[in-house]
Amino acid sequence: MLIKKGAEACLFLEDWQSRKVIMKRRLPKKYRLPEIDEKIRTNRTIRESQLLHYAKEAGVPTPTIFMVDLADSNIIMEFIEGEQLKQVLPASTPEKRRHLNRRIGEFIGSLHNNEIVHGDLTTSNIIFTSRNKLIFIDFGLGEKTTDLELRGVDLHLMKRAFQSTHSRIAEECFNDVLEGYIKAVGDNPAKNVLEKIDEIERRGRYVSERRKTKNDKEVLNNNSFIHA
Amino acid sequence: MGGIHPREAARHHAKVAGDTISRAFQEAGIKPKDATIIAFSQGPGLGPCLRAGATAARTLSTYLNIPLVGVNHCVAHIEIGKLVTDAKDPITLYVSGGNSIVSAFDAGRYRIFGETLDIAIGNSIDVFAREAGLHQQKGLPFGAIVERLAKEGKELVHLPYSVKGMDLSFSGLLTAVVRLLKNGKHSLEDLCYSLQETAFSMLTEVTERALAHTEKKEVLLTGGVGANKRLQAMLATIADEHESRFCVVPKQYALDNGAMIAWAGILAYKQGITTPVEESFVRLKWRLEDVKALWVEP
Repeated sequence: MLIKKGAEACLFLEDWQSRKVIMKRRLPKKYRLPEIDEKIRTNRTIRESQLLHYAKEAGVPTPTIFMVDLADSNIIMEFIEGEQLKQVLPASTPEKRRHLNRRIGEFIGSLHNNEIVHGDLTTSNIIFTSRNKLIFIDFGLGEKTTDLELRGVDLHLMKRAFQSTHSRIAEECFNDVLEGYIKAVGDNPAKNVLEKIDEIERRGRYVSERRKTKNDKEVLNNNSFIHA
Repeated sequence: MGGIHPREAARHHAKVAGDTISRAFQEAGIKPKDATIIAFSQGPGLGPCLRAGATAARTLSTYLNIPLVGVNHCVAHIEIGKLVTDAKDPITLYVSGGNSIVSAFDAGRYRIFGETLDIAIGNSIDVFAREAGLHQQKGLPFGAIVERLAKEGKELVHLPYSVKGMDLSFSGLLTAVVRLLKNGKHSLEDLCYSLQETAFSMLTEVTERALAHTEKKEVLLTGGVGANKRLQAMLATIADEHESRFCVVPKQYALDNGAMIAWAGILAYKQGITTPVEESFVRLKWRLEDVKALWVEP
């Protein structure tokens, strides 16, 4: 039974070997050339199943994988009953929200400590179970890497997810995530990642304020040869 | 390198401003005293260019004694697109030389769901074209030349495909394709084809993710790169799959234009928004999300 048609994959809830499982199938995308499409689907299926496993080793709860079928870009995994974080957060008390977000920050820290970046941290990709457990899903865009840039992007995406879907509580949510994160990775490594987030936000078109010099004068980028 | 030099462009803007404004009045068949407001692009963009426009706008507003309305350039693209395609509440893909943004309206503002983390798609295509020694002709920008060459491409060369969440990165793709160009093992046609296929698949993927996430019923394509037929076809496919209407903004209103600034200015002014001269400084990095879009029905 199809339970979710995402942009990237379809989730089916099925009975398999007498248990309830999720089949995550990456269906071909018609808009992409088959050469590009097949490569992306196979790569992401491999990567996701590996990372779900590595994350578990790092102490971050993820669904258990039962089988991977590369020919079909299909991962068969444990069915997790619960709600997406995006449904839980707005309905929670500030205290519960704070607790959850700090916990999430700690888990993201554990991923990074173990050279894993998730690649798509949103409030849809964290499940809160009926047994009060947080489970991370959807590692399809993740990577095994120590790249500071990608760690920065990871947290930056989380921040953006809060801003775009929970704009009213975005700031407190992200600050609590950071608090947990700093606790998990330590002050200095966290400082480097935070600086990276700043850099990413400055680099793109993320800056609403003009850059200021010491005397608050606008810095003019007169040497840029870019298109307006 | 090449492209627009900000100060030279600004000099040009200042030179032609007078003539352009009087021609606009002529074509509209009105006199300056008939104008109710002066809308101008306050940002984001290149400082010297924005300042040239802002100076002209301040002068007119003071001289005619009518209010000034500072407009966000990206908001203006979305609003004129909605007006000319009759879209009500779309997911917008705005792709140009300086921008690659996926946006949709939520809680009072146009939110950015995805965007480039480094360079814009139009800029990537232009840099590649220049590296390949192509020359821009009148009425035929680099994008159109690359599109034409891509049609002759047969063999796909694998290039870095970089989607991070809903955000994109084109810098690795550009570096790789320029490197392949220099080593000369592939035809220019194949490289144009591969560049387009890879970059446009990335853009379509993030647009589809935003579409699936928000469940909006319209997809709006605007900006100069939106003129590309292959990109249009890809987006039409996902719009169809999500039972959404696909709207392409006609070139006249998809490229930077004065009408879009005027229209966005009117929308803001009707909500009582004006910009006092002392607050009319240009905002080089003014984010789409910083604008309260009071005129949009929630």
